Amino acid sequence: MHNQKGMPLFHITKRKALPWYGAWLIRGAAILMALVVCAVVTTALTGENPIEIYKTIWKGAFGTQRKIWILGQNIAILLCVSLAVTPAFKMHFWNVGGEGQILIGGLATAACMILLGDKLPNWLLILTMVAASCLAGAIWGAIPAFFKAKWNTNETLFTLMMNYVATQLVAFFVILWEVPKGAGKIGIINQSTEAGWLPVIGGYKYLLNILVVAVITILMHFYLSRSKHGYEIAVVGESERTARYIGIKVEKVIIRTMILSGAICGIAGLLLVGGTDHTITTTISGGRGFTAVMVSWLAKFNPLIMVFTSFLLVFLSRGASEISTSFGLNHSFGDILTGIILFFIIGSEFFISYKLSIRKSGKKEA
Amino acid sequence: MFDLISFIPRAVVQSIPLLYGSTGETLTEKSGNLNLGIPGIMYVGGICGVIGAFFYEQSVGPQAIHPILAVLIPLLCTLAGSLCMGLIYCFLTVTLRANQNVTGLALTTFGVGFGNFFGGSLIKLTGSEVPSIALSATSSYFSKSLPFASKLGWFGKIFLSYGFLAYLAIAIAFATSYFLKHTRKGLQLRAVGESPATADAAGVNITRYKYMATCIGSMIAGLGGLYYVMDYACGVWSNDAFGDRGWLAIALVIFTIWRPNVGVLASMLFGGLYILYLYIPTGTNLSVKELYKMLPYIVTIIVLVITSMRNKREDQPPASLGTPYFREER
Repeated sequence: MHNQKGMPLFHITKRKALPWYGAWLIRGAAILMALVVCAVVTTALTGENPIEIYKTIWKGAFGTQRKIWILGQNIAILLCVSLAVTPAFKMHFWNVGGEGQILIGGLATAACMILLGDKLPNWLLILTMVAASCLAGAIWGAIPAFFKAKWNTNETLFTLMMNYVATQLVAFFVILWEVPKGAGKIGIINQSTEAGWLPVIGGYKYLLNILVVAVITILMHFYLSRSKHGYEIAVVGESERTARYIGIKVEKVIIRTMILSGAICGIAGLLLVGGTDHTITTTISGGRGFTAVMVSWLAKFNPLIMVFTSFLLVFLSRGASEISTSFGLNHSFGDILTGIILFFIIGSEFFISYKLSIRKSGKKEA
Repeated sequence: MFDLISFIPRAVVQSIPLLYGSTGETLTEKSGNLNLGIPGIMYVGGICGVIGAFFYEQSVGPQAIHPILAVLIPLLCTLAGSLCMGLIYCFLTVTLRANQNVTGLALTTFGVGFGNFFGGSLIKLTGSEVPSIALSATSSYFSKSLPFASKLGWFGKIFLSYGFLAYLAIAIAFATSYFLKHTRKGLQLRAVGESPATADAAGVNITRYKYMATCIGSMIAGLGGLYYVMDYACGVWSNDAFGDRGWLAIALVIFTIWRPNVGVLASMLFGGLYILYLYIPTGTNLSVKELYKMLPYIVTIIVLVITSMRNKREDQPPASLGTPYFREER
């Protein structure tokens, strides 16, 4: 892209702060373009009318009351994990170990339900489950944080590896506790006594999860924007040297934040195991630890905007799975659409921070 | 008794996809790009080879395929597919300056979805009348070993029993190592990864080096996917079978402290750890096997911690790894 004089055809300058509606206009345009590309791809593969396809997506997300509840539940869990990883990201600690922290939290919950199910009164059992899942997630998050703080060990890769250690640990316990022996899965825990099942509010199975996550969202918003801890996280993220200079103990902040991050992931595990699934498998987190990275980043680490970004991603994946069922396509089709949309949104961030102007040929640069 | 002669070839076969992945990722990381999309790229590489071979076998019939074309078509499809993935990554992170972690994870979501989608729907989409994707004819050319290998006893089994892609992987690893250490271009590439501002001042075209290293790295990684389907899995694509090998390949990059020649042996060690649980007698207690499957990850964590503790300058990641370069923000 060079003209004859060897000067680049485009000229990139940093924008002065764009008004908020400008930024959202660009993002909206990106999503719109992504949807057009997705429609072209889907039409090419299925031969269906794109309008029909978007109707199907809508139906997949909002078609029946049950689907709306499932949508809400999926948003709640994804949002919970995204909230968990956000404080870590804000201090530039790339926690991609959400997956493992959810699993280990879920495992702790399941362990309490199986081992203590008939020994404790239900209220005490649930309290133990909450404590155990938070603690397990916190430990899983604190291990990489400790090494990062002490020896600056690469946290992205460490947390990534911890995911697989957690997966295998769950696989081990699944075989240990499998019912019946040789089935390779645990099945519904305490089906007859319902011991350790989180209470159902007003007959709506998913309502409790949604309420818990709503509370966490608000708390996290204030924690990050109004508290001393939140301020310290922001300073460490912007510049570690500045943080040291003004007397923040960086090591302490890193470990403390990752304990918090892991504990909230543990709660996500608790909600999944104790609240809805009442069993544990190695795939219970369903890739949410990774999706959460994108949810959090797309929202620019703002907990309130994350409600919308997690809605967007869950809406798309629910809709895409409806497309796959109704057109008889493979279920992974949803991942392709999600990928395309993410590429567009990621790319659009450039046009928010930079301005592209075409250089006039023949005109001398000042 | 531990059967070493059957263990080593199986460990080597496991190691080849990891070696391709880690060589590609090392080259990429040397330019300062942390490409977490490698797992997705390897899926795309694998499925593109499958698509190419599938159409070729369908068009001429499995009996009539020409050996050279049967190898070349999947190979070129794989290279083209993984090149596209590399270009997407570069365009987003280098040209549009996006966050590398997020772009990489999105690329993995896309790539794994792409692989599983076409793997699961290829037959339905093309409307052909075969029950499953089994490219045994094409695969037989990929996994062909030297004709006299089986006559050489244990020596042949351990060293000569692999398809040509396995030897190519080792050759590429050594070539990459030589390129990085002993050529002018390699030196400049390392400079881009360590300190792009300095390299820029010295007249190195940062954008071009980043694009080239990442795209070639992606193509190398994509070959790992091709090896997996065509040689290891005998031409049978099954969804999610490739598993977490892509992440393990990224782990291997750290394990080898950014040296592809070390990767040749290290990947075999990883391959061995990956299947060790099959060889450890556990009796009736199946659950313990699951714990043995943790080994490669735990070993990686230990290496990660030890290299960071020793803190030797030559063992560190490229200094600008993960950070985009803007000339005007120096």
